This record gives sequence, C-alpha cells and structure tokens, in this order.
Amino acid sequence: MSPRAACRLETLGFEEVYDYVEGKADWVARGLPTEGDREGERRIGQLARRDVATCALDERVGDVRSRVEASPYGFALVVAGDDIVLGRLRRAALEGDPDVRAEAAMEPGPSTVRFDLSPAELAERLDRRDLRTAVVTTPDGTLAGLMRREDL
Amino acid sequence: MPSRIEVQRLRELLAQGAQLVEVLPVEEFRGEHLTAAQNIPLKELSAETTGGLRRSSPVVVYCHDAL
Repeated sequence: MSPRAACRLETLGFEEVYDYVEGKADWVARGLPTEGDREGERRIGQLARRDVATCALDERVGDVRSRVEASPYGFALVVAGDDIVLGRLRRAALEGDPDVRAEAAMEPGPSTVRFDLSPAELAERLDRRDLRTAVVTTPDGTLAGLMRREDL
Repeated sequence: MPSRIEVQRLRELLAQGAQLVEVLPVEEFRGEHLTAAQNIPLKELSAETTGGLRRSSPVVVYCHDAL
C-alpha cells in the first residue's frame, strides 16, 4: 500500500518522498512511541525469548544437538543470512544420524507469527491449535525469538 | 522514484522535521499510529487532501508492513 501512496505523492508534486516499507508493525515491535487507542500495549516482539538454539544449513546435526540440550526447548531453528528462519530441527531429527546436515534433516518452512501481535492475540492462536510455543519473526522473516504459552 | 527507507533513516528524517503520513484507513490510524503522524488514507490521496503538506519538504509514508 505505501509504495502506491509514495508514487501518488510524487505525481502530486512532492519533491522528496520516502517509503518506510516495514511500516507500523516494525515501529511498534521496536517499542518506539505511538499514539492512539492501543498506545502502550505490549507486543510479542518485545517479549519474545532469545534463548532458542539456532544453526546454519550446513551444520552437522550432531553438532547442533548439544546446543539444543542446553536450551529450554527440544528443537533448533535453522537460519540463513540475517537470521532468516528456514526450518526447524525437531527432536527426532536431532536424535538421528549425527552426520546429516541440518538442511537435509530440517522441517522446512515452520509456522511463524508476526512480531506485532499482542500477547492476547497470540494466546488465542496457540490455544486454538493446542500449541505451546510460537516462533516470532519480523515481516521479512528474521527471527525475533520464541514465545511460550506459559509466558503469556 | 520514492526512496525505500528503514527505521534508522526514518528517525533521522523525523529529527530533521520530515512530514509523516500514515495511509491506512482512519480506523487503523485511530487505533495506533506513529507519534507525529497524520492520516491521509490511500484512497483519499489527492491534491486537496495533501494541501496541508509542504511539497518542497521531505515526506515519509507508511502503512502496516511490507507484505
């Protein structure tokens, strides 16, 4: 929507137009100041835990296992680039052949939630699907952290 | 061609006095908007509705997210 608005402003004669493409979701999740009826409401991007184990695509599953055991969770997230979430290594994969690469053992495209949800919105989603955790990402897929149902 | 910016550049522009416009519908603007933003919904952008903006000064637009 904002690219069309920016283009329209230029056609209306504005000389210096910028498009903040990540928009309100990005701003809110960073805890920056807002106004309006929802002002001050906390978002899961501010609450997400950063203690989930991560690994690269080419790491051996055996090398990832110890990091997962040291974390509060039974899985690792496979990331690339600037922590873009590409997959999840579940417990069964972690207990399998230690020489397999994460890329071959991961579950690709794990479900994620946007980081500007409110805690109540996320709790409702988790309860509806009987889930205990949610992977929180920015709109561009970058890992923001993990939320546990018990923390909501 | 409008420039795509991220939050750091936005903050710099705002500190320099840039104008900030949320182009979402008014209900969403009332719910929450960036401090100092004004609301002109995309469907209402026209010479008349933008008449209060300075055409020679930087203006930044935003909506909900990039998706």
